[in-house]
Amino acid sequence: MNQMTALEKDVDTNEIKINASNVQVFYGESHAIKDVNVQIEDKTVTAFIGPSGCGKSTFLRCLNRMNDTIDICRVEGEILLDGENIYDKKVDPVQLRAKVGMVFQKPNPFPKSIYDNVAYGPRIHGLAKNKADLDEIVERALRRGAIWNEVKDRLHAPGTGLSGGQQQRLCIARAVATEPEVLLMDEPCSALDPIATAQVEELIDELKQNYSVVIVTHSMQQAARVSQKTAFFHLGNLVEFGETGQIFTNPVDPRTESYITGRIG
Amino acid sequence: MPVIWIVTFLLVLSIAGYVAGRARAFQSASGDVRQMHSLPGYYGYNVALTSLVPALLVLAVWLLVQPMLIESRVAGMLPAEVIPEGSNQSLVMSDVRRVAEGLDIAIERGVMTEESASSIRTEFTDVRGRLGEVGVALGSDVRPEVLRAAQAYRSMSSKGSLAMTIVVGLLAIGGLALAFSRTNKDFRARNVVERGVMALLILAACIAILTTIGIVLSMLFETMNFFRLHSWTDFFFGSTWAPNFRGDSDLSILPLLWGTLYISFIALLVAVPIGLFAAIYLSEYASNAVRSVAKPLLEILAGIPTIVYGLFALLTVGPALMKVFGQGGMAGVGWMSGATSVLTAGLVMGIMLIPFVSSLSDDIINSVPQAMRDGSLGLGATQSETVRQVVMPAALPGIVGAILLAASRAIGETMIVVMGAGAVAKFSVNPLESMTTITTRIVSQLTGDTDFASPETLVAFALGLTLFVLTLGLNILALYIVRKYREQYE
Repeated sequence: MNQMTALEKDVDTNEIKINASNVQVFYGESHAIKDVNVQIEDKTVTAFIGPSGCGKSTFLRCLNRMNDTIDICRVEGEILLDGENIYDKKVDPVQLRAKVGMVFQKPNPFPKSIYDNVAYGPRIHGLAKNKADLDEIVERALRRGAIWNEVKDRLHAPGTGLSGGQQQRLCIARAVATEPEVLLMDEPCSALDPIATAQVEELIDELKQNYSVVIVTHSMQQAARVSQKTAFFHLGNLVEFGETGQIFTNPVDPRTESYITGRIG
Repeated sequence: MPVIWIVTFLLVLSIAGYVAGRARAFQSASGDVRQMHSLPGYYGYNVALTSLVPALLVLAVWLLVQPMLIESRVAGMLPAEVIPEGSNQSLVMSDVRRVAEGLDIAIERGVMTEESASSIRTEFTDVRGRLGEVGVALGSDVRPEVLRAAQAYRSMSSKGSLAMTIVVGLLAIGGLALAFSRTNKDFRARNVVERGVMALLILAACIAILTTIGIVLSMLFETMNFFRLHSWTDFFFGSTWAPNFRGDSDLSILPLLWGTLYISFIALLVAVPIGLFAAIYLSEYASNAVRSVAKPLLEILAGIPTIVYGLFALLTVGPALMKVFGQGGMAGVGWMSGATSVLTAGLVMGIMLIPFVSSLSDDIINSVPQAMRDGSLGLGATQSETVRQVVMPAALPGIVGAILLAASRAIGETMIVVMGAGAVAKFSVNPLESMTTITTRIVSQLTGDTDFASPETLVAFALGLTLFVLTLGLNILALYIVRKYREQYE
């Protein structure tokens, strides 16, 4: 009940974008996510932290039903996006994923040109009326991905020819180009060097003005730097969820404290 | 000594060498493995291989070279007048070999002694009758020159075998002694053995490559013989294929090439869409349960011998097409006059190629990283959009390679076209007519009683070489395309 009152206070500032309640995930026999309740706010960065294998990525993938592609995965409970249950039968996962974009751990540009990579989403969703319109969308997305200046002269070179950090920013631009409402990021900086990481973090900070961003990270410093809300997962349980400042300075649960101070994980 | 005994002797010797080498190494290290440079087994292998491998190689080479040498020596002994009209030296030589074999058998059965076998003369003995008694039937009376040649052949063979046994035996014992004497705890046995094993691997690779070169060269020489007898302009640019054994044949490859390419084209038209779609279904849509049943079932098709496909073409597909397109058929057009046709062979060959295309494409599609699919699905693409716009472009170079490989198989396929396509060489665009291919003509030119000096027979080699060049070209093109796109994508 204590948590509920804390959350009600947040509602005053931002409206709730995603409300997950009693979410359970099973991989075959194993129970990967146990009874997780989380409210993700609009125009906010929410960080999921926790040791490897704690289920934070699994939970993130529930939010846009990417787990549907895994045969043995089963999700129970309720996840509301703008008050609508995304696991309802009448919801098409394809439309859902257009609204809830995703950036993956390893940069995965398509084997196409930089331009075609970014134009991929707008094309399949019919967002551009004509070529000029599409050019504009691509440029805007690349600018928001903070990579426009590096690639504007070689938009038709293959996206796979970029460096790792550039590829990841390209993937972010690609996700942004479809104008999602929520952006899920699964350890987006784990394959990047510190400079590229700093660029991506700066980018996340900007994206927050328009989107709700959920980021899974192993770096506690990163969570502290970029997020306003932090959720700590441990062994499939959501241990603690609250303001980032409060989690890192004054955690309620002893397990959170142990993890943050480096004793478990 | 028979070869089998020599080989047994070598094996026994090398096993003994293994045991002795190992023991000696142990002894020199006073039983402490850690003082030895290599593991004890390597010392044993070193001795065993040094005794076995050179001896076996010499044995193999000797067995290949000795008959050739003896043959040429004996052939030189035969005076020219021994060779009858209308025959040639190789026929007389086969008589010589047969008589020599007969003498061997006679000695084995105890009908002749070794001495009498090498001293009998046709002038005094009925050699044909004597050999007939032991079951060696000869076509005509043995002439004195032939008998003398056969006796020389026997004596040279036995001398050669004796020399071979001695040389091989000495080599094995010498190798064993050398390796054994070098064995002590500091000897680098592992390095030597590993170098030896590498040499064996290189030898195996060389044999494979040399065989290929040998096949190509033999085809090349026969082809050159053919072009000495027949004009190359007619072969490459003529328009008629009409061999007859009186001479004056028209032997042009073009009508055959047309038939080959037409049938292969129809086969690919059948196999590529079906195989590719099956691969896409199996790798992208099918559940594990379906996949585990469907994939082996599809691959059973690949295990069916092509002669069975030929039967299927001849007995099922051909008559079925006749029922539709033949005289009084369901389509009421009467375009088809016999069960064998381009379409019959093409359809059946297409069925044969389905598993080839599908299993290669399936592997290639599966090797597209899951991250690509996740990236596309994560942007809200549907599964079919993902397949069309991300998975297929990434897999395309491999799939093109698979299709070209299927094409080169179609071009070289023989049994289905022999049974399903017919034997008429002509240019026609009607797929319901019977046509013929390069492979079927090779079969028909070389079956039956053949004389390897006439252009009608030698043309088979020219056809074979053309076919080889064609499929080689396709394979190189396939490799080129795969490489080119790979540069762009990875």
